[in-house]
Amino acid sequence: MAQAAAIGGALEERGASRGGGLARRRARIAFLLCLPLIVLVLALVIYPAFYSLHLATLNKSMTRFVGLANFAFLFKRETFWMVVEQSVIFAVGAVVFKALIGFVLAHLVHRLPQRGQRAWRGMLLVPWVIPPAMSTLVWWWMYEPSYSALNWLLAGMGFAPVAWLGDPYWARFAVILVNVWYGAPFFMIMYLAALKSVPAELYESAEIDGANAWQKLIYVTLPMLRNIIAITVLFSLIVTFANFDIVRILTAGGPRDMTHVFATWAFKLGIESNDIPLGACVSLFMFPILGFAAVFILRDVHRRSRELAGVAA
Amino acid sequence: MTKWHLSRRSLLLGASGVAVAGAMLGRPRGAYAAGKLSVGFWDHWVPGANDTLTRLCREWAAKEKIDLTIDYIPSQGNKLLLTIAAEAQARSGHDILAMNTWLPGSHAERLEPVDDVMKDVLAKNGPTNPVVEYLGKPDGHWRAVPATPGSQMKGPASRIDLLEEHAGIDILAMYPPDGPATPAAEQWTWDALLAAAEKCHKAGFPFGIGLGTTSDNVDTWGSLFHAFGARLVDEKGNIVVKSDATRAALEFAKKLAAFLPGDAIAWDDGSNNRWLISGKGALIFNPPSAWAVAKRDAPQVAEKVWHHPAPTGPKGRFGPYLPYYWAIWSFSPNKSAAKSLLAHLSTREAAEQLVAASQGYDIPGYLSFNDFKTWNEEGPPRGTLRHYPPTKDQILSIAAAPAPHKIAEQIYNQATITKMIARIVQGGDSIDKAIAWAESELEGFMRG
Repeated sequence: MAQAAAIGGALEERGASRGGGLARRRARIAFLLCLPLIVLVLALVIYPAFYSLHLATLNKSMTRFVGLANFAFLFKRETFWMVVEQSVIFAVGAVVFKALIGFVLAHLVHRLPQRGQRAWRGMLLVPWVIPPAMSTLVWWWMYEPSYSALNWLLAGMGFAPVAWLGDPYWARFAVILVNVWYGAPFFMIMYLAALKSVPAELYESAEIDGANAWQKLIYVTLPMLRNIIAITVLFSLIVTFANFDIVRILTAGGPRDMTHVFATWAFKLGIESNDIPLGACVSLFMFPILGFAAVFILRDVHRRSRELAGVAA
Repeated sequence: MTKWHLSRRSLLLGASGVAVAGAMLGRPRGAYAAGKLSVGFWDHWVPGANDTLTRLCREWAAKEKIDLTIDYIPSQGNKLLLTIAAEAQARSGHDILAMNTWLPGSHAERLEPVDDVMKDVLAKNGPTNPVVEYLGKPDGHWRAVPATPGSQMKGPASRIDLLEEHAGIDILAMYPPDGPATPAAEQWTWDALLAAAEKCHKAGFPFGIGLGTTSDNVDTWGSLFHAFGARLVDEKGNIVVKSDATRAALEFAKKLAAFLPGDAIAWDDGSNNRWLISGKGALIFNPPSAWAVAKRDAPQVAEKVWHHPAPTGPKGRFGPYLPYYWAIWSFSPNKSAAKSLLAHLSTREAAEQLVAASQGYDIPGYLSFNDFKTWNEEGPPRGTLRHYPPTKDQILSIAAAPAPHKIAEQIYNQATITKMIARIVQGGDSIDKAIAWAESELEGFMRG
């Protein structure tokens, strides 16, 4: 008996050791496969990020270490706080509309018969597929001060022309509109994928319980989509906060700096005005804001996932 | 006695051996004995202009036995600006790069001083205009050599017919095609321009002067400020924007802005060109690029466009001038060859060929080079560029001068002047409030 137990123990140990070796080998292979990506991330993300930090601590001519003096300087500038405000308006405004439009579109497409759905999905994705620098040029042509196609249409309908890019508030609207047009299909496709994974039984149960369409949306669809909404909003918030091309092409930050976002103002200061340390400071300012948002959103996602896992268990 | 028999195979073998040996030994010895040189020039928008520059460089390279590489880098999309920034950070790249206006000063610490080149060049060509010296010699040393390609004036390009019909101004009587400016040109003042702007606006052909933040806008309003004696920061670095001269310039700007297109505040450097070419505008401030494009796209407009000096103001007639330079990085491994090439490109003969290749667009920085025949011959209308080069009654200027270089660069690139005007015209600020805002901005620019 004791011998059998000893043999059993030895076999188990061997099995465990073989299993452990396999796991270690797999981990090594996984690491090797990930290595090119790790090198790329280190070279193209981590190094530039630390280099930006280094640049942000130098004086204007980059000859002297000044610590946090550049940040302190920025905090005293009226334009900086205007850019903070505008970046928030731009990013939050655009993401809210992208999320709403994406949600509505996803539902509409989801309800289409399977046969026609693919074509609609493809067409609705077109704005997201075209390189934004190119599509924004077309928008610019529609807004263009002297030859605005939109104003031509307005004139045809008897309305006065609108200074799309000349009036600061219209210009803010114009840049947000283009960002929404470009980004809404991304939300649509994410929500559509999530909608397709909601079990039909939940809707059937809700229907048996007498739930109307609105109640099904509130009590079934939204809770089931909550994680994907949170993650999509987070990703979009990061990308929208860091947006450069749309604002740069349409307004270059004008009029009167009233459409600048962090990236365009950083470019204006760092590259165009040759104050690279100050430009680096502005671009780094995005990091704590986005880090803060990421921590909150991901914590919520994690909590919800655990809740769902608990329910499933 | 050995009898040689030459077979087909041995003939081919022998011939190929000779060819290989010839290629190895027969290559001119020391063809590139003086090393390599890599140059990044500004990509000229005039078709064919780059070819002349390439030919001049190749002639020099053949003579000096240099292995020369030339890249033409466009300024569109800030490509040249980004290349300069990247090479400055990497301390690697071309030996010579084209740099415009403020860049030689911005990168002064990273550029090889070219006082030795300029000493010889100035001895042969005579002095440069004051803007070239202000921008190219920011710390008492020449940091770059003035380049002909890209250097330009930004005076008015006017519609002869519209000015005459709607404003009663005969621009050809002031600036005739076959001779220098007449005494009638004394009447070409900023007040005359304002009156003409009002009349042309009423007639439906507003002047196309932008109030945006790009170079064309800043240059035009900068020359107006200078004409009124308004300065933002003096040569010693003192903030002097709060002055009667600034108030007078802003009062004038406010009046003029009322007669400009409603969306002038959003204009970039292409907007005024499109405005003129569309036939909607009676006057813009621009080099002859708008006219050159009109020659191709709207010849009926082009043949009525006349280039001439800016109006005169209480302190004189200030002509906006924007120079380009060729700069040598301090990390260049072949500085002696780079200097030799720049000296070669700075001769009168080279400059004359480059101006001809640019169809008169380029204005060399040397005062003695303002008499090339190209400007008298270009057209239609013939002579439209006759008054484009600087004339003696003009004071060449660049907006933000005479402030110390690092401050002036910020004033110019952040468009402090046009933003002041925009705050008054669109934002509803009073003149004093706009000046107070500018003072606060300028204090920020003083940061070391």
